Amino acid sequence: MQKIMVCIKRVVDYNVRIRVKADSSGVMLDGVKMSVNPFDEIALEEALRIKERGSNIEVLAVSIGVADTQQQLRTALAMGADRAILVQTDAPVESLTAAQVFLALAKKENPDLIFLGKQAIDDDANQTGQMLAAIWERPQATYASKVEINGDKAAVTREVDAGLETIEVDLPAVITVDLRLNEPRYVKLPDIMKAKKKPLDVTSLDALGISAGQFLKTVKTEPPAQRQKGIMVKDVPELVGVLKKKGLI
Amino acid sequence: MNKVLIIGEHDGKALNPATSKCVTCANTIPDADITIAVFGADTAKVAAQAAAVAGVKAVLRVDRPENEHPLAAIFAPQVAALAADYSHIFGPSTSFGKDLMPRVAALLGVAQVSDLMAVENAYRFRRPIYAGNAIITVEADASRKLVATVRVASFEAAATGGSAAIESKALTVALPSHTRYVGARSGSTDRPDLQTASRVVSGGRALGSAENFKMLFSLADKIGAAVGASRAAVDAGYAPNEMQVGQTGKIISPEMYIAVGISGAIQHLTGIKDARTIVAINKDAEAPIFEVADVGLVGDLFKIVPELEGMIGT
Repeated sequence: MQKIMVCIKRVVDYNVRIRVKADSSGVMLDGVKMSVNPFDEIALEEALRIKERGSNIEVLAVSIGVADTQQQLRTALAMGADRAILVQTDAPVESLTAAQVFLALAKKENPDLIFLGKQAIDDDANQTGQMLAAIWERPQATYASKVEINGDKAAVTREVDAGLETIEVDLPAVITVDLRLNEPRYVKLPDIMKAKKKPLDVTSLDALGISAGQFLKTVKTEPPAQRQKGIMVKDVPELVGVLKKKGLI
Repeated sequence: MNKVLIIGEHDGKALNPATSKCVTCANTIPDADITIAVFGADTAKVAAQAAAVAGVKAVLRVDRPENEHPLAAIFAPQVAALAADYSHIFGPSTSFGKDLMPRVAALLGVAQVSDLMAVENAYRFRRPIYAGNAIITVEADASRKLVATVRVASFEAAATGGSAAIESKALTVALPSHTRYVGARSGSTDRPDLQTASRVVSGGRALGSAENFKMLFSLADKIGAAVGASRAAVDAGYAPNEMQVGQTGKIISPEMYIAVGISGAIQHLTGIKDARTIVAINKDAEAPIFEVADVGLVGDLFKIVPELEGMIGT
């Protein structure tokens, strides 16, 4: 194992309450706090732990997005990534395009492993890792809750609807991570200072020979239907009465 | 005509009800001609079940030993090969479908619409983003194949009573050997499946321990319910991961959802907003769960749950 690539997305922070614009053209993003997608943070943490257990492993953090995405890559460098690459674009990037960009980077960098979060908390698409694995023609292990590297193989325990499933994949492979894989470390101030000196290269879709495809057009963005607040009951007999009346028990 | 191919989910013995919900979704596409494909080592049994789903025109069986376990890297090239004859390729938005379908889409060189919750026309759909805090309408390129996962909580299961023709398909697709199934640990119980149960009792961190969760199992058994949990309860180790309900767990739509000691974080509410009736039991009258609950009761869950169980069925 020599190199691990971790794909990171800049997203609206987990704690921000999302509001839809009145003209249905999208969600309000002006002045909103942006962060590393929480699942990608877990992905990076796992790569760093593998690096710390092994010897001489390089962890490369990569992202696609606007110029300010450098902030999230600096966070990744502060966490412990060795190097970062930003593929800078102002265009909206669909999952398949993202996968094509990561493939282009993978072909240049030849990582043994690529980690991503299982989904980004903005579009909730849950696609990029699987698409990347498909076009890289390599294995995918999605929703990882445990990763064990054994030489040129990885045993990955996956969170699936029925419980836990373990698969073995040959490296190189794509692993997408779930919530319970690890708890990402906190970044300390000296690490932030150190991160400023680590290399962060900026490239473009053009330089990689990729044109951002647009297959899906978002024509409208609306708030969800709201549930109405119901009634409060004072005790269990009253609760049972209401449920009986509704025919639920 | 819109030819829809649905990838059936099953465990070798039974067709997962999520498949039937995909059929209901596909039926809302104008002029839909629906085929279900089942992949497995021996799909005779599940193919018969798929053929009985009302509204299905044909069932394709793709049996080969490599298909014994649903590995996306193995299934995807076969699905892509079958896709040639179809305009739409759908799978359920379950861990099976979410793993498989994007790999299929990428092999076909097309985009995927995830978590399709409503069909406006054959290439125009609604889906949730930001944990359901916004709903977008997306339009896909009608000149290409459309791959989608269907948000199963948005659709009822289709009726049975159909009698589709079953055909065995021999696909000469080369399969990779780089991905191997090792084993599974399933929390299978006699209780109804959480994803499709009509009643669910769910617990949060306020339960305080795995031991205390037994109280919910007892109540659930009394009313024939499945048991769920909030992310906080799963993270704390009170309940296994497969019980998690919410944005990153299961999205469910039971007739009745009883939330016990769950405060109602937005990510949890995402998983239950399609429940018909939400009952909330919490000691904190200010808990956000009461904003969405149809019936709320403020109080000590350790007193309320046993009392509720005692009063039901008496």
